[in-house]
Amino acid sequence: MMGPGIASYLVVSVILFGIGAFGVLIRRSPLIVLLALEIMLNAGNLALLAFARQLGDGSGHVFALTVMVVAASEAVIGLGLIVAMSRLRVELDVDKLTTLRG
Amino acid sequence: MDAGEILVWLVWLGAVTALFASGLAVVLFQNPFYSALALIVNLASLAVLFLLLSAEFVAAAQVLVYAGAVVVMFLFVTAYLGGRADAPWAGGPTLQRLFAVGAAAAIAIEVVVAISLTAEDRLTDPAELAEAFGSPVEIGRLFVSDQLLAFEATSIILLVAAVGGVILGTTAPRAERGEGEEVGQR
Repeated sequence: MMGPGIASYLVVSVILFGIGAFGVLIRRSPLIVLLALEIMLNAGNLALLAFARQLGDGSGHVFALTVMVVAASEAVIGLGLIVAMSRLRVELDVDKLTTLRG
Repeated sequence: MDAGEILVWLVWLGAVTALFASGLAVVLFQNPFYSALALIVNLASLAVLFLLLSAEFVAAAQVLVYAGAVVVMFLFVTAYLGGRADAPWAGGPTLQRLFAVGAAAAIAIEVVVAISLTAEDRLTDPAELAEAFGSPVEIGRLFVSDQLLAFEATSIILLVAAVGGVILGTTAPRAERGEGEEVGQR
């Protein structure tokens, strides 16, 4: 394997996951929270692919593609909820969004 | 260290720098429009790392699915909502934000400690790769043989997401006709 070893990829993955978690926790706009969630899912994907490369097992790629499907579904539902919230004139602020009653 | 090895390291360092810079940009930009654009850079540099890990098909799917579909959807919704600015540090560092920084750092440290304590020497000496590793042929074969359950679960998730998207899109507009007060009571 040319270039950096798997440990370097795992460190990158952990730092990226930390950046995403930080974004989910500090931002109040639900749009940015969703974007930060995508970063966290992608960090998980990077770790999966690094282990797949380390073990020479293609199943890690299948897992990564499944995570991608989950991320796409999550984006659809999350954005649908945000648009529904804005149509009901609920303020787009995750700190003030205390109920799902509309 | 030959020229190819140096080139791989340079590409890796460039991709990782772009990855972290754009990740921080997504989290810290005030305008959600710029955050979504920074996410495209983030996904593209991640695709470069996927290529370095011999995951060509996943890298291509990453660019197509995320940059092509998910981010475009984000941009549409941001444009629809009017791209309101939301300062990440407005009002100074509150207790919640300090805890957020601490929690994010704690997750990172916890994962590093957990992996390094259990890995021992298994993180060195990567396996020899088969010829078909990471190719669409190999992934397709795995999807319909060993990982068939994951494949079927994927189709159910997509179906549920599609139905949920339609329901959210068709039942919400009541408030636009002035019935927003009644919606909360039912």
